[in-house]
Amino acid sequence: MIAFNIPFFSIFIMMFGAIITPLLPLKKRLPEKLLCWLIAIIGIFSAYLIFELSYPVLQPGFNYPVGHYPAPWGNELRAGLLEAILSFVFCVAMLLSVLGNFSSTHEDITPKRRQIFCVLVNLLMASLLALTYTNDIFTAYVFIEINTIAACAIVAVKESPETIRAALRYMIMSLVGSGLVLISICLLYGLTGHLLMQNMHNSILELVKTNRYILPLTVSLALITVGLGIKSALYPFALWLPDAHASSTNASSAILSGLVLKGHIFLIIKIFVRVFGLNVIKLLGMDTVIFTLGLVAMIMGSVHALRQINIKRMIAWSSVAQVGYIFLGLGLNSPEGIAAGCLHIIVHACVKPMLFTAAGGLSSAADHKKGLHDLMGTFYANKWAGLGLIAGACSMMGIPGFAGFASKLSLTLASFDSSLIIWSLAGLAVSSVLNALYYVPAVIVILTGKKEAENKIKIPEPSGSYKTVMGIFIGINFYLGLFCVPLLRLITGGVNFLG
Amino acid sequence: MFAKLLTNHYEAVAVILAGIGLTNLLLQKNLIKKIIGLNIMDTAIYLFLAAKGWVSGRAAPILIEGEKGWIMDVNNYVNPVPSGLVLTGIVVGVSVTAFALALTLKLYEYYGTLNIDEALLKMTQEQEVHEAEIMNEEQEDIL
Repeated sequence: MIAFNIPFFSIFIMMFGAIITPLLPLKKRLPEKLLCWLIAIIGIFSAYLIFELSYPVLQPGFNYPVGHYPAPWGNELRAGLLEAILSFVFCVAMLLSVLGNFSSTHEDITPKRRQIFCVLVNLLMASLLALTYTNDIFTAYVFIEINTIAACAIVAVKESPETIRAALRYMIMSLVGSGLVLISICLLYGLTGHLLMQNMHNSILELVKTNRYILPLTVSLALITVGLGIKSALYPFALWLPDAHASSTNASSAILSGLVLKGHIFLIIKIFVRVFGLNVIKLLGMDTVIFTLGLVAMIMGSVHALRQINIKRMIAWSSVAQVGYIFLGLGLNSPEGIAAGCLHIIVHACVKPMLFTAAGGLSSAADHKKGLHDLMGTFYANKWAGLGLIAGACSMMGIPGFAGFASKLSLTLASFDSSLIIWSLAGLAVSSVLNALYYVPAVIVILTGKKEAENKIKIPEPSGSYKTVMGIFIGINFYLGLFCVPLLRLITGGVNFLG
Repeated sequence: MFAKLLTNHYEAVAVILAGIGLTNLLLQKNLIKKIIGLNIMDTAIYLFLAAKGWVSGRAAPILIEGEKGWIMDVNNYVNPVPSGLVLTGIVVGVSVTAFALALTLKLYEYYGTLNIDEALLKMTQEQEVHEAEIMNEEQEDIL
């Protein structure tokens, strides 16, 4: 059975890639080629896994023991439909981010460091896949740390005073986060005596039923939520994000915003659903906290984005708002809400890399200036980047037909069963208007000044790979916006298996 | 209350140390002190795990020879998993510390300071000076 081995081997292949990349010669762009091929192979594997899991043979999912010891002691991976879909989306978004920003990566990073960059992206992908598939909470911690190091390093790989400072700030906030996660994991291990998520869940149910250790359980849940919240840029803890995402090279920004945040968010979802269970979360009152933080993030992220004059900083703050949507879905504390949140993870993982790639293309058309007023008329210099920005902006505003509309619609529908419906609808409405307030001016700026732009010196045409990647991004955007119902059905099935 | 603290004195000390470490990591201005705070916090967590993993009266999880051959009964040994976790944690902690120190070194090379806020201040000042120079040049061009 090939599909059974896919989760383990996808992680293993990426790790292996990270080990052999430094040994490759720098000629003929071999490290980059290897990276792209490995990601493509794992993408195909994941697609095959989705296919197998949607048919009765493997349905609804399976546990894969790693090592020689059986379940309560050994390490395990667990794959269901949701995990398979997410790893497929991660592969696609990662591949497109790397390919689309190929030329800007070449401008920003020296050849020797480009090899290191490939190693880091390999490691990052491995850790994302591991966070998606793992069923063991301590393995999750180890991969969180690998993820932290790789993520900070891809900020610092474009060497400038600004990126070093941003990377260091990111690093310190991440270390606070992972410290809190580690404390919480130790407390939970002490309380439950297990590290595998389902065994922990059974022990927690036992504790809650007999009404023992409720306070320590609440404390450890709060610690792990805050710890992972810092890493996934939940609003009050997101102040490190704009620096790190805006100053790094375009490929890194796209990867960080689109993927790295999502790995941690998915881990929070797994901890909520699989370790604690939705009833216990409600009992401990954490759903309301997450809902409120998500609501605040949706508004405040957009308010901060309104005040930016640098396009990459604006898109970075917009990520904070979008992460708020996902947490809002999680805070609804129902399978529908979580499915809607997961759909938004997928939508954002596809749209945000497109926006960063587009912003990179536009700013290189404007002589590498990133101020919004410098981008006047750049649409006519790089039409594909312009189209990408417009499609991304429409998606973030939630125009019907674009990807963002699908996830906002499903979030709205999911909130009808909740008692917090008024807040959720108001938040969605206000946040959408705020999104429009900063994305529409950006679109208007790039579209104005056609004559002046044509008089300027011609910049080189964007490369073929850039155009193809933009085309694929826009295609995915429309696909998600128009045909999301089957995908949402698959995700709902995956969420049911998650628990 | 106090009696409970006394019976769990390892855990109590670990929590206090973790608090000290976390406060240092968050509030210290100097990056080296921040990283020391990180290490204190990590060590406190290892202490917590090691203390939780030890059951008095049992032996380390290595087979012991008794009077009637090897003692095979599991109840004579402590659980090896917490010690394994401590080891993994130490490895992770070392690599993270090394990376953070490397970044700190780079920051010092660029800004000549170990204080991250001061570095930000220097950068904005330099930018302002740079912008003022550009303005001056433009004015000279016009004149």
